Amino acid sequence: MTAAGTLIVGTGQAGFQTAASLRSEGFQEPITLIGEEPHIPYQRPPLSKGFPLGTQDLESIELRPRNFYQDHNINLLTGETVTAIDRTARLITLASGNRVSYSKLVLAVGARNRMLPVKGANLDGVLYLRFLDEALLLKERLKNAQHIVVIGGGFVGLELAAVASSLGKSVTVLEALPRLMSRVVAPIISEFYRELHSNRGVTILCGAHVSEIAGSGGAVREIVLSDGRRYPADLALVGIGVVPNIELARDAGLRISNGIAVDENLQTDDSDIFAIGDCAEHPCIFAVNRVRLESVQNAADQAQSVAAAIAGRPNPYRALPWFWTDQFDIKLQMAGISQGHDRIVTRGSLETRKLSVFYFKENRLVAIDSINRPLDHMIGRKLLAAAIPLTPEQAADENVDLKKLERSFAERTNKSLTQ
Amino acid sequence: MACIDSRDTLRAQRRLAAKVTWKMPKVVYVSASGQPREVDVPVGTTVMAAALKNGIDGIVAECGGVCMCSTCHVFVDEKFFDKLPPAQDTEEAVLEISAEERQPTSRLSCQIKVTGDLDGLIVRLPGKQR
Repeated sequence: MTAAGTLIVGTGQAGFQTAASLRSEGFQEPITLIGEEPHIPYQRPPLSKGFPLGTQDLESIELRPRNFYQDHNINLLTGETVTAIDRTARLITLASGNRVSYSKLVLAVGARNRMLPVKGANLDGVLYLRFLDEALLLKERLKNAQHIVVIGGGFVGLELAAVASSLGKSVTVLEALPRLMSRVVAPIISEFYRELHSNRGVTILCGAHVSEIAGSGGAVREIVLSDGRRYPADLALVGIGVVPNIELARDAGLRISNGIAVDENLQTDDSDIFAIGDCAEHPCIFAVNRVRLESVQNAADQAQSVAAAIAGRPNPYRALPWFWTDQFDIKLQMAGISQGHDRIVTRGSLETRKLSVFYFKENRLVAIDSINRPLDHMIGRKLLAAAIPLTPEQAADENVDLKKLERSFAERTNKSLTQ
Repeated sequence: MACIDSRDTLRAQRRLAAKVTWKMPKVVYVSASGQPREVDVPVGTTVMAAALKNGIDGIVAECGGVCMCSTCHVFVDEKFFDKLPPAQDTEEAVLEISAEERQPTSRLSCQIKVTGDLDGLIVRLPGKQR
Protein backbone atom coordinates (compact mmCIF):
# COMPACT_ATOMS: atom_id res chain seq x y z
CA MET A 1 0.00 0.00 0.00
CA THR A 2 1.18 3.45 -0.94
CA ALA A 3 0.57 6.54 1.16
CA ALA A 4 -2.66 8.41 0.50
CA GLY A 5 -2.68 11.55 -1.58
CA THR A 6 -4.29 12.41 -4.86
CA LEU A 7 -4.72 9.48 -7.18
CA ILE A 8 -5.42 10.17 -10.83
CA VAL A 9 -6.68 7.39 -13.08
CA GLY A 10 -5.89 8.02 -16.73
CA THR A 11 -2.76 9.38 -18.40
CA GLY A 12 -4.44 11.35 -21.18
CA GLN A 13 -4.49 15.14 -21.37
CA ALA A 14 -6.89 15.44 -18.42
CA GLY A 15 -4.97 13.12 -16.10
CA PHE A 16 -1.62 14.62 -17.00
CA GLN A 17 -2.87 18.19 -16.57
CA THR A 18 -4.36 17.43 -13.17
CA ALA A 19 -1.00 16.21 -11.91
CA ALA A 20 0.92 19.09 -13.50
CA SER A 21 -1.54 21.72 -12.26
CA LEU A 22 -1.58 20.30 -8.74
CA ARG A 23 2.16 20.85 -8.55
CA SER A 24 1.99 24.33 -10.05
CA GLU A 25 -0.76 25.09 -7.49
CA GLY A 26 1.79 24.28 -4.81
CA PHE A 27 0.18 21.00 -3.74
CA GLN A 28 2.67 19.14 -1.53
CA GLU A 29 1.02 15.78 -0.96
CA PRO A 30 1.74 12.60 -2.95
CA ILE A 31 0.38 12.40 -6.49
CA THR A 32 -0.03 9.08 -8.28
CA LEU A 33 -0.90 9.03 -11.98
CA ILE A 34 -1.98 5.65 -13.32
CA GLY A 35 -2.59 4.73 -16.95
CA GLU A 36 -3.21 1.57 -18.97
CA GLU A 37 -1.01 2.55 -21.86
CA PRO A 38 2.70 1.69 -21.73
CA HIS A 39 3.64 5.25 -22.75
CA ILE A 40 4.22 8.39 -20.78
CA PRO A 41 1.44 10.97 -21.33
CA TYR A 42 1.27 12.27 -24.89
CA GLN A 43 -0.97 14.51 -26.98
CA ARG A 44 -3.74 12.72 -28.79
CA PRO A 45 -4.70 15.33 -31.45
CA PRO A 46 -1.55 14.79 -33.57
CA LEU A 47 -2.34 11.05 -33.87
CA SER A 48 -4.81 11.84 -36.65
CA LYS A 49 -2.80 14.71 -38.09
CA GLY A 50 0.95 15.38 -38.01
CA PHE A 51 1.99 12.04 -36.57
CA PRO A 52 0.76 9.73 -39.38
CA LEU A 53 1.72 12.43 -41.90
CA GLY A 54 5.30 12.33 -40.60
CA THR A 55 5.61 15.99 -39.61
CA GLN A 56 5.57 15.15 -35.90
CA ASP A 57 7.56 12.39 -34.24
CA LEU A 58 7.09 10.52 -30.99
CA GLU A 59 9.20 12.89 -28.93
CA SER A 60 7.37 15.96 -30.19
CA ILE A 61 3.99 14.67 -29.06
CA GLU A 62 5.00 13.80 -25.50
CA LEU A 63 3.22 16.22 -23.18
CA ARG A 64 6.38 16.48 -21.11
CA PRO A 65 9.69 14.61 -21.20
CA ARG A 66 10.02 11.54 -19.00
CA ASN A 67 12.04 13.29 -16.28
CA PHE A 68 9.22 15.81 -15.69
CA TYR A 69 7.40 13.28 -13.52
CA GLN A 70 10.38 12.55 -11.28
CA ASP A 71 11.30 16.23 -11.12
CA HIS A 72 7.79 17.10 -9.92
CA ASN A 73 7.49 14.15 -7.60
CA ILE A 74 4.63 12.60 -9.57
CA ASN A 75 4.45 8.85 -9.21
CA LEU A 76 3.66 7.77 -12.78
CA LEU A 77 2.50 4.18 -13.19
CA THR A 78 2.13 3.17 -16.85
CA GLY A 79 0.78 -0.13 -18.14
CA GLU A 80 -1.43 -0.51 -15.06
CA THR A 81 -5.17 -1.06 -15.09
CA VAL A 82 -7.40 -0.01 -12.23
CA THR A 83 -9.99 -2.73 -11.71
CA ALA A 84 -11.99 -1.50 -8.73
CA ILE A 85 -12.60 1.40 -6.38
CA ASP A 86 -13.34 0.70 -2.73
CA ARG A 87 -14.96 3.95 -1.65
CA THR A 88 -15.30 2.98 1.99
CA ALA A 89 -11.64 2.09 2.41
CA ARG A 90 -10.63 4.79 -0.09
CA LEU A 91 -8.41 2.63 -2.16
CA ILE A 92 -8.23 1.29 -5.68
CA THR A 93 -7.17 -2.14 -6.84
CA LEU A 94 -4.85 -2.67 -9.79
CA ALA A 95 -4.98 -5.59 -12.21
CA SER A 96 -1.57 -6.56 -10.81
CA GLY A 97 -3.30 -7.04 -7.45
CA ASN A 98 -1.64 -4.06 -5.81
CA ARG A 99 -3.78 -1.56 -3.99
CA VAL A 100 -3.30 2.18 -3.76
CA SER A 101 -5.06 4.38 -1.24
CA TYR A 102 -6.26 7.89 -1.91
CA SER A 103 -7.64 10.90 -0.15
CA LYS A 104 -8.89 12.39 -3.43
CA LEU A 105 -9.52 10.37 -6.56
CA VAL A 106 -9.68 11.87 -10.05
CA LEU A 107 -11.23 9.73 -12.77
CA ALA A 108 -9.82 10.85 -16.11
CA VAL A 109 -10.51 7.49 -17.72
CA GLY A 110 -11.50 8.78 -21.15
CA ALA A 111 -13.54 7.04 -23.76
CA ARG A 112 -13.08 4.18 -26.19
CA ASN A 113 -13.90 3.85 -29.85
CA ARG A 114 -17.34 2.74 -30.86
CA MET A 115 -16.89 -0.48 -32.79
CA LEU A 116 -18.38 -0.97 -36.23
CA PRO A 117 -21.20 -3.48 -35.71
CA VAL A 118 -21.02 -5.24 -39.08
CA LYS A 119 -19.82 -8.56 -40.47
CA GLY A 120 -16.13 -8.50 -41.29
CA ALA A 121 -15.28 -5.71 -38.85
CA ASN A 122 -12.67 -7.94 -37.24
CA LEU A 123 -10.72 -8.51 -40.47
CA ASP A 124 -7.07 -7.56 -40.63
CA GLY A 125 -6.77 -4.03 -42.00
CA VAL A 126 -9.79 -2.63 -40.19
CA LEU A 127 -8.17 -0.05 -37.96
CA TYR A 128 -9.34 2.27 -35.22
CA LEU A 129 -7.47 5.20 -33.78
CA ARG A 130 -7.30 6.42 -30.25
CA PHE A 131 -4.05 5.21 -28.72
CA LEU A 132 -0.46 5.82 -29.70
CA ASP A 133 0.05 2.11 -30.41
CA GLU A 134 -2.87 2.24 -32.82
CA ALA A 135 -1.37 5.32 -34.46
CA LEU A 136 1.97 3.52 -34.86
CA LEU A 137 0.21 0.59 -36.50
CA LEU A 138 -1.83 2.89 -38.71
CA LYS A 139 1.27 4.78 -39.83
CA GLU A 140 3.03 1.53 -40.67
CA ARG A 141 0.07 0.08 -42.56
CA LEU A 142 -0.50 3.29 -44.52
CA LYS A 143 2.93 2.83 -46.14
CA ASN A 144 1.92 -0.08 -48.33
CA ALA A 145 -1.80 0.56 -48.69
CA GLN A 146 -3.20 2.15 -51.82
CA HIS A 147 -6.96 2.16 -51.39
CA ILE A 148 -8.09 3.62 -48.10
CA VAL A 149 -11.73 3.69 -47.07
CA VAL A 150 -12.55 5.90 -44.12
CA ILE A 151 -15.75 4.95 -42.34
CA GLY A 152 -17.16 8.01 -40.60
CA GLY A 153 -17.08 11.61 -41.79
CA GLY A 154 -16.47 13.26 -38.43
CA PHE A 155 -13.32 15.03 -37.26
CA VAL A 156 -11.07 11.99 -36.86
CA GLY A 157 -12.23 10.33 -40.07
CA LEU A 158 -11.78 13.46 -42.15
CA GLU A 159 -8.42 14.28 -40.60
CA LEU A 160 -7.23 10.78 -41.47
CA ALA A 161 -8.68 11.09 -44.97
CA ALA A 162 -6.70 14.31 -45.44
CA VAL A 163 -3.51 12.63 -44.18
CA ALA A 164 -3.94 9.55 -46.40
CA SER A 165 -4.73 11.71 -49.41
CA SER A 166 -1.70 13.91 -48.74
CA LEU A 167 0.39 10.73 -48.68
CA GLY A 168 -0.82 9.99 -52.22
CA LYS A 169 -3.39 7.33 -51.41
CA SER A 170 -6.73 6.83 -53.06
CA VAL A 171 -9.25 7.75 -50.34
CA THR A 172 -12.99 7.27 -50.00
CA VAL A 173 -14.96 8.60 -47.03
CA LEU A 174 -18.24 6.89 -46.16
CA GLU A 175 -20.53 8.90 -43.91
CA ALA A 176 -23.87 7.49 -42.82
CA LEU A 177 -25.54 10.86 -42.21
CA PRO A 178 -26.51 13.25 -45.03
CA ARG A 179 -23.50 15.55 -44.53
CA LEU A 180 -20.02 15.74 -43.00
CA MET A 181 -19.46 16.56 -39.31
CA SER A 182 -23.21 17.08 -39.07
CA ARG A 183 -23.30 16.61 -35.32
CA VAL A 184 -21.38 19.83 -34.74
CA VAL A 185 -21.23 22.20 -37.71
CA ALA A 186 -23.71 24.07 -39.91
CA PRO A 187 -24.45 22.80 -43.44
CA ILE A 188 -22.36 25.56 -45.03
CA ILE A 189 -19.26 24.27 -43.20
CA SER A 190 -20.04 20.67 -44.15
CA GLU A 191 -20.28 21.83 -47.76
CA PHE A 192 -16.95 23.66 -47.54
CA TYR A 193 -15.25 20.49 -46.30
CA ARG A 194 -16.92 18.29 -48.91
CA GLU A 195 -15.46 20.57 -51.58
CA LEU A 196 -12.09 20.80 -49.89
CA HIS A 197 -11.73 17.02 -49.83
CA SER A 198 -13.21 16.52 -53.29
CA ASN A 199 -10.79 19.06 -54.78
CA ARG A 200 -7.91 17.06 -53.32
CA GLY A 201 -9.19 13.87 -54.91
CA VAL A 202 -10.96 12.35 -51.90
CA THR A 203 -14.27 10.67 -52.76
CA ILE A 204 -16.93 11.72 -50.27
CA LEU A 205 -20.13 9.71 -49.96
CA CYS A 206 -22.81 10.80 -47.52
CA GLY A 207 -25.85 8.73 -46.64
CA ALA A 208 -23.59 5.70 -47.09
CA HIS A 209 -24.46 2.85 -44.74
CA VAL A 210 -21.79 0.17 -44.41
CA SER A 211 -23.41 -3.26 -44.25
CA GLU A 212 -20.38 -5.51 -44.45
CA ILE A 213 -16.64 -5.60 -44.77
CA ALA A 214 -15.67 -8.30 -47.23
CA GLY A 215 -12.29 -9.94 -47.06
CA SER A 216 -10.14 -12.73 -48.32
CA GLY A 217 -7.45 -14.60 -46.45
CA GLY A 218 -8.52 -12.85 -43.27
CA ALA A 219 -7.78 -9.37 -44.66
CA VAL A 220 -10.10 -6.57 -45.71
CA ARG A 221 -10.76 -6.32 -49.46
CA GLU A 222 -13.99 -4.40 -49.97
CA ILE A 223 -16.43 -2.24 -48.07
CA VAL A 224 -20.01 -3.11 -48.95
CA LEU A 225 -22.84 -0.60 -48.58
CA SER A 226 -26.45 -1.46 -47.79
CA ASP A 227 -27.44 -0.44 -51.33
CA GLY A 228 -24.99 -2.99 -52.74
CA ARG A 229 -22.22 -0.62 -53.82
CA ARG A 230 -18.74 -1.94 -53.13
CA TYR A 231 -15.51 -0.03 -52.56
CA PRO A 232 -12.11 -1.73 -52.76
CA ALA A 233 -9.98 -1.22 -49.65
CA ASP A 234 -6.54 -2.29 -48.43
CA LEU A 235 -7.28 -0.46 -45.21
CA ALA A 236 -10.53 0.56 -43.54
CA LEU A 237 -10.13 3.34 -41.01
CA VAL A 238 -13.08 3.53 -38.65
CA GLY A 239 -13.97 6.76 -36.83
CA ILE A 240 -17.60 6.55 -35.79
CA GLY A 241 -17.45 8.11 -32.37
CA VAL A 242 -16.62 7.00 -28.87
CA VAL A 243 -18.31 5.68 -25.77
CA PRO A 244 -17.26 6.94 -22.34
CA ASN A 245 -15.49 4.58 -19.96
CA ILE A 246 -18.00 4.55 -17.15
CA GLU A 247 -17.62 0.98 -15.89
CA LEU A 248 -15.16 1.66 -13.06
CA ALA A 249 -17.37 4.44 -11.67
CA ARG A 250 -20.60 2.51 -12.20
CA ASP A 251 -19.24 -0.56 -10.40
CA ALA A 252 -18.29 1.71 -7.50
CA GLY A 253 -21.92 2.84 -7.29
CA LEU A 254 -21.36 6.33 -8.68
CA ARG A 255 -24.10 7.97 -10.68
CA ILE A 256 -23.87 7.54 -14.44
CA SER A 257 -25.61 9.47 -17.19
CA ASN A 258 -24.09 9.99 -20.62
CA GLY A 259 -20.76 9.56 -18.86
CA ILE A 260 -19.77 9.74 -15.23
CA ALA A 261 -22.15 12.31 -13.77
CA VAL A 262 -20.51 15.28 -12.05
CA ASP A 263 -21.73 18.58 -10.62
CA GLU A 264 -20.46 22.07 -11.41
CA ASN A 265 -17.41 21.40 -9.24
CA LEU A 266 -16.73 18.28 -11.33
CA GLN A 267 -17.43 16.13 -8.27
CA THR A 268 -19.24 12.84 -8.56
CA ASP A 269 -21.79 12.03 -5.89
CA ASP A 270 -18.84 11.00 -3.74
CA SER A 271 -17.25 14.34 -2.84
CA ASP A 272 -13.78 12.74 -2.73
CA ILE A 273 -14.08 11.54 -6.31
CA PHE A 274 -13.91 13.83 -9.33
CA ALA A 275 -14.43 12.91 -12.98
CA ILE A 276 -13.05 15.01 -15.84
CA GLY A 277 -12.40 14.96 -19.56
CA ASP A 278 -13.99 12.67 -22.15
CA CYS A 279 -15.57 10.38 -19.52
CA ALA A 280 -17.46 13.02 -17.55
CA GLU A 281 -20.85 14.57 -18.13
CA HIS A 282 -21.04 17.99 -16.54
CA PRO A 283 -23.48 20.90 -16.33
CA CYS A 284 -22.28 23.48 -18.84
CA ILE A 285 -23.46 27.08 -18.71
CA PHE A 286 -22.76 27.40 -22.44
CA ALA A 287 -25.05 24.54 -23.42
CA VAL A 288 -28.75 23.81 -23.15
CA ASN A 289 -28.19 20.58 -21.26
CA ARG A 290 -25.49 18.76 -19.42
CA VAL A 291 -22.71 17.81 -21.80
CA ARG A 292 -19.88 15.36 -22.21
CA LEU A 293 -17.16 16.91 -24.35
CA GLU A 294 -14.23 15.28 -26.10
CA SER A 295 -11.58 17.93 -26.47
CA VAL A 296 -8.19 19.15 -25.32
CA GLN A 297 -9.72 22.35 -23.94
CA ASN A 298 -12.28 20.47 -21.87
CA ALA A 299 -9.68 18.02 -20.55
CA ALA A 300 -7.11 20.67 -19.68
CA ASP A 301 -9.49 23.23 -18.19
CA GLN A 302 -11.38 20.67 -16.12
CA ALA A 303 -8.06 19.31 -14.88
CA GLN A 304 -6.97 22.80 -13.87
CA SER A 305 -10.28 23.36 -12.08
CA VAL A 306 -10.07 20.08 -10.14
CA ALA A 307 -6.43 20.67 -9.26
CA ALA A 308 -7.36 24.06 -7.80
CA ALA A 309 -10.19 22.48 -5.81
CA ILE A 310 -7.93 19.75 -4.40
CA ALA A 311 -5.31 22.36 -3.56
CA GLY A 312 -7.95 24.16 -1.50
CA ARG A 313 -9.23 26.75 -3.98
CA PRO A 314 -12.49 25.33 -5.30
CA ASN A 315 -14.43 27.28 -7.90
CA PRO A 316 -17.21 26.12 -10.20
CA TYR A 317 -16.18 24.99 -13.65
CA ARG A 318 -17.19 27.70 -16.12
CA ALA A 319 -14.72 27.49 -19.01
CA LEU A 320 -15.91 28.14 -22.53
CA PRO A 321 -15.61 25.06 -24.75
CA TRP A 322 -13.52 25.39 -27.88
CA PHE A 323 -12.36 22.92 -30.50
CA TRP A 324 -10.37 22.68 -33.69
CA THR A 325 -9.74 20.36 -36.58
CA ASP A 326 -6.89 20.48 -39.11
CA GLN A 327 -7.62 19.03 -42.53
CA PHE A 328 -5.17 19.65 -45.37
CA ASP A 329 -4.07 23.29 -44.97
CA ILE A 330 -7.34 24.41 -43.38
CA LYS A 331 -7.97 24.87 -39.69
CA LEU A 332 -11.56 25.00 -38.48
CA GLN A 333 -11.79 26.84 -35.15
CA MET A 334 -14.91 26.37 -33.07
CA ALA A 335 -16.00 28.26 -29.96
CA GLY A 336 -19.06 27.54 -27.86
CA ILE A 337 -21.70 24.85 -28.28
CA SER A 338 -23.85 25.23 -31.37
CA GLN A 339 -26.35 22.45 -30.62
CA GLY A 340 -29.84 23.83 -30.12
CA HIS A 341 -29.28 26.95 -32.24
CA ASP A 342 -32.22 28.39 -34.13
CA ARG A 343 -30.48 30.84 -36.44
CA ILE A 344 -27.16 31.25 -38.18
CA VAL A 345 -25.54 34.24 -39.86
CA THR A 346 -22.20 34.40 -41.64
CA ARG A 347 -19.27 36.69 -42.23
CA GLY A 348 -17.02 36.20 -45.23
CA SER A 349 -17.73 33.60 -47.87
CA LEU A 350 -16.89 30.11 -49.06
CA GLU A 351 -15.45 31.56 -52.28
CA THR A 352 -12.77 33.51 -50.42
CA ARG A 353 -12.18 30.53 -48.11
CA LYS A 354 -12.63 32.95 -45.22
CA LEU A 355 -15.82 32.28 -43.36
CA SER A 356 -17.28 32.55 -39.88
CA VAL A 357 -20.62 31.11 -38.92
CA PHE A 358 -22.35 32.66 -35.91
CA TYR A 359 -24.92 30.46 -34.20
CA PHE A 360 -27.76 32.06 -32.25
CA LYS A 361 -30.39 30.69 -29.94
CA GLU A 362 -33.24 33.04 -29.16
CA ASN A 363 -31.11 35.92 -30.47
CA ARG A 364 -28.28 35.07 -28.09
CA LEU A 365 -24.89 34.13 -29.55
CA VAL A 366 -24.06 30.52 -28.58
CA ALA A 367 -21.21 29.51 -30.90
CA ILE A 368 -18.89 30.62 -33.69
CA ASP A 369 -17.14 28.42 -36.27
CA SER A 370 -14.33 30.05 -38.21
CA ILE A 371 -12.31 29.13 -41.27
CA ASN A 372 -9.32 31.42 -41.97
CA ARG A 373 -10.84 34.13 -39.79
CA PRO A 374 -8.84 33.55 -36.60
CA LEU A 375 -9.66 36.92 -35.06
CA ASP A 376 -13.40 36.14 -35.21
CA HIS A 377 -12.65 32.96 -33.28
CA MET A 378 -10.47 34.51 -30.59
CA ILE A 379 -12.61 37.60 -30.06
CA GLY A 380 -15.63 35.30 -30.29
CA ARG A 381 -14.31 33.35 -27.31
CA LYS A 382 -14.27 36.56 -25.29
CA LEU A 383 -17.77 37.51 -26.44
CA LEU A 384 -19.12 34.07 -25.56
CA ALA A 385 -17.28 33.68 -22.27
CA ALA A 386 -18.45 37.06 -20.98
CA ALA A 387 -21.92 36.80 -22.59
CA ILE A 388 -21.34 40.10 -24.36
CA PRO A 389 -24.48 40.96 -26.34
CA LEU A 390 -24.15 40.66 -30.12
CA THR A 391 -27.17 40.72 -32.39
CA PRO A 392 -27.40 38.53 -35.49
CA GLU A 393 -27.45 41.75 -37.53
CA GLN A 394 -24.20 42.93 -35.95
CA ALA A 395 -22.64 39.52 -36.46
CA ALA A 396 -23.53 39.55 -40.15
CA ASP A 397 -22.27 43.10 -40.67
CA GLU A 398 -18.58 43.12 -41.56
CA ASN A 399 -18.46 46.82 -40.57
CA VAL A 400 -19.13 45.95 -36.95
CA ASP A 401 -15.65 45.55 -35.43
CA LEU A 402 -15.94 42.68 -32.97
CA LYS A 403 -12.70 43.59 -31.22
CA LYS A 404 -13.89 47.17 -30.57
CA LEU A 405 -17.27 45.89 -29.47
CA GLU A 406 -15.63 43.51 -27.00
CA ARG A 407 -13.24 46.21 -25.73
CA SER A 408 -15.93 48.80 -25.17
CA PHE A 409 -18.11 46.30 -23.35
CA ALA A 410 -15.20 45.23 -21.14
CA GLU A 411 -14.34 48.87 -20.39
CA ARG A 412 -17.94 49.71 -19.52
CA THR A 413 -18.11 46.69 -17.22
CA ASN A 414 -14.85 47.61 -15.51
CA LYS A 415 -16.05 51.17 -15.05
CA SER A 416 -19.33 50.13 -13.50
CA LEU A 417 -17.47 47.72 -11.22
CA THR A 418 -15.15 50.43 -9.94
CA GLN A 419 -17.91 53.00 -9.47
CA MET B 1 39.16 2.29 -56.29
CA ALA B 2 41.20 5.44 -55.86
CA CYS B 3 38.24 7.41 -57.04
CA ILE B 4 35.97 5.89 -54.38
CA ASP B 5 38.61 6.47 -51.71
CA SER B 6 38.90 10.14 -52.52
CA ARG B 7 35.13 10.53 -52.48
CA ASP B 8 34.98 8.93 -49.05
CA THR B 9 37.77 11.17 -47.83
CA LEU B 10 35.92 14.20 -49.11
CA ARG B 11 32.76 13.13 -47.32
CA ALA B 12 34.66 12.58 -44.09
CA GLN B 13 36.28 16.00 -44.39
CA ARG B 14 32.89 17.60 -44.94
CA ARG B 15 31.45 15.82 -41.94
CA LEU B 16 34.32 17.00 -39.79
CA ALA B 17 33.98 20.57 -41.07
CA ALA B 18 30.27 20.50 -40.29
CA LYS B 19 31.01 19.30 -36.79
CA VAL B 20 33.57 21.97 -36.09
CA THR B 21 31.50 24.90 -37.31
CA TRP B 22 28.25 23.52 -35.94
CA LYS B 23 27.19 25.14 -32.73
CA MET B 24 23.79 24.88 -31.16
CA PRO B 25 22.05 28.22 -30.72
CA LYS B 26 21.26 29.25 -27.18
CA VAL B 27 17.94 30.56 -25.92
CA VAL B 28 17.63 32.38 -22.60
CA TYR B 29 14.32 32.01 -20.78
CA VAL B 30 13.78 34.65 -18.11
CA SER B 31 11.16 33.69 -15.54
CA ALA B 32 8.49 36.15 -14.45
CA SER B 33 10.55 36.72 -11.29
CA GLY B 34 13.61 37.56 -13.37
CA GLN B 35 15.61 34.32 -13.17
CA PRO B 36 17.39 33.59 -16.47
CA ARG B 37 18.06 30.08 -17.73
CA GLU B 38 20.13 29.33 -20.79
CA VAL B 39 19.29 26.32 -22.94
CA ASP B 40 20.93 24.84 -26.05
CA VAL B 41 18.29 24.47 -28.74
CA PRO B 42 18.74 22.50 -31.97
CA VAL B 43 18.08 24.54 -35.11
CA GLY B 44 14.49 24.05 -36.27
CA THR B 45 13.12 23.39 -32.79
CA THR B 46 10.53 25.84 -31.52
CA VAL B 47 11.13 27.96 -28.44
CA MET B 48 8.06 26.25 -26.94
CA ALA B 49 9.26 22.69 -27.55
CA ALA B 50 12.70 23.48 -26.14
CA ALA B 51 11.11 24.95 -23.02
CA LEU B 52 9.06 21.80 -22.39
CA LYS B 53 12.02 19.54 -23.06
CA ASN B 54 14.17 21.47 -20.63
CA GLY B 55 11.61 21.76 -17.85
CA ILE B 56 11.12 25.52 -18.11
CA ASP B 57 8.15 26.32 -15.90
CA GLY B 58 5.89 29.00 -17.26
CA ILE B 59 5.29 27.49 -20.69
CA VAL B 60 2.11 25.38 -20.59
CA ALA B 61 1.58 24.65 -24.31
CA GLU B 62 -1.92 23.34 -23.83
CA CYS B 63 -2.84 22.95 -27.52
CA GLY B 64 0.52 21.46 -28.42
CA GLY B 65 1.65 24.30 -30.66
CA VAL B 66 -1.20 24.75 -33.14
CA CYS B 67 -2.17 28.36 -32.35
CA MET B 68 -5.38 27.53 -30.49
CA CYS B 69 -4.41 28.64 -27.00
CA SER B 70 -2.12 31.35 -25.69
CA THR B 71 -0.35 29.31 -23.03
CA CYS B 72 3.11 29.52 -24.61
CA HIS B 73 3.06 33.33 -24.69
CA VAL B 74 6.46 35.04 -24.33
CA PHE B 75 7.80 38.57 -24.43
CA VAL B 76 10.69 38.63 -26.88
CA ASP B 77 13.66 40.81 -26.03
CA GLU B 78 13.59 43.93 -28.21
CA LYS B 79 17.03 43.22 -29.64
CA PHE B 80 15.70 40.01 -31.20
CA PHE B 81 12.12 40.92 -31.99
CA ASP B 82 12.86 42.31 -35.47
CA LYS B 83 14.92 39.24 -36.35
CA LEU B 84 11.85 37.03 -36.11
CA PRO B 85 9.65 36.37 -39.11
CA PRO B 86 6.46 38.36 -38.50
CA ALA B 87 3.49 36.69 -36.80
CA GLN B 88 0.82 35.21 -39.06
CA ASP B 89 -2.83 36.23 -38.65
CA THR B 90 -3.59 33.11 -36.61
CA GLU B 91 -0.88 33.90 -34.08
CA GLU B 92 -1.85 37.60 -33.96
CA ALA B 93 -5.40 36.57 -33.13
CA VAL B 94 -4.32 34.21 -30.34
CA LEU B 95 -2.29 36.98 -28.70
CA GLU B 96 -5.61 38.79 -28.18
CA ILE B 97 -6.59 36.19 -25.58
CA SER B 98 -3.33 35.88 -23.66
CA ALA B 99 -3.79 35.54 -19.91
CA GLU B 100 -1.28 38.32 -19.29
CA GLU B 101 -1.99 41.19 -21.64
CA ARG B 102 0.06 41.28 -24.81
CA GLN B 103 2.86 43.80 -25.23
CA PRO B 104 4.57 45.12 -28.37
CA THR B 105 7.05 42.22 -28.43
CA SER B 106 4.59 39.46 -27.49
CA ARG B 107 4.83 36.24 -29.50
CA LEU B 108 3.71 32.64 -29.17
CA SER B 109 6.80 30.57 -28.54
CA CYS B 110 5.32 27.69 -30.57
CA GLN B 111 5.68 29.85 -33.66
CA ILE B 112 9.34 30.78 -33.13
CA LYS B 113 11.68 28.29 -34.77
CA VAL B 114 15.23 28.64 -33.59
CA THR B 115 17.83 29.44 -36.26
CA GLY B 116 21.55 30.23 -36.14
CA ASP B 117 20.65 33.94 -36.42
CA LEU B 118 18.69 33.74 -33.21
CA ASP B 119 21.63 32.49 -31.12
CA GLY B 120 21.33 34.16 -27.70
CA LEU B 121 17.61 34.83 -28.08
CA ILE B 122 16.10 36.16 -24.86
CA VAL B 123 12.44 35.56 -24.05
CA ARG B 124 10.67 36.66 -20.88
CA LEU B 125 7.86 34.54 -19.49
CA PRO B 126 4.62 36.11 -18.34
CA GLY B 127 3.43 35.72 -14.76
CA LYS B 128 0.48 33.63 -15.84
CA GLN B 129 -0.46 31.60 -18.90
CA ARG B 130 -4.00 30.57 -18.02
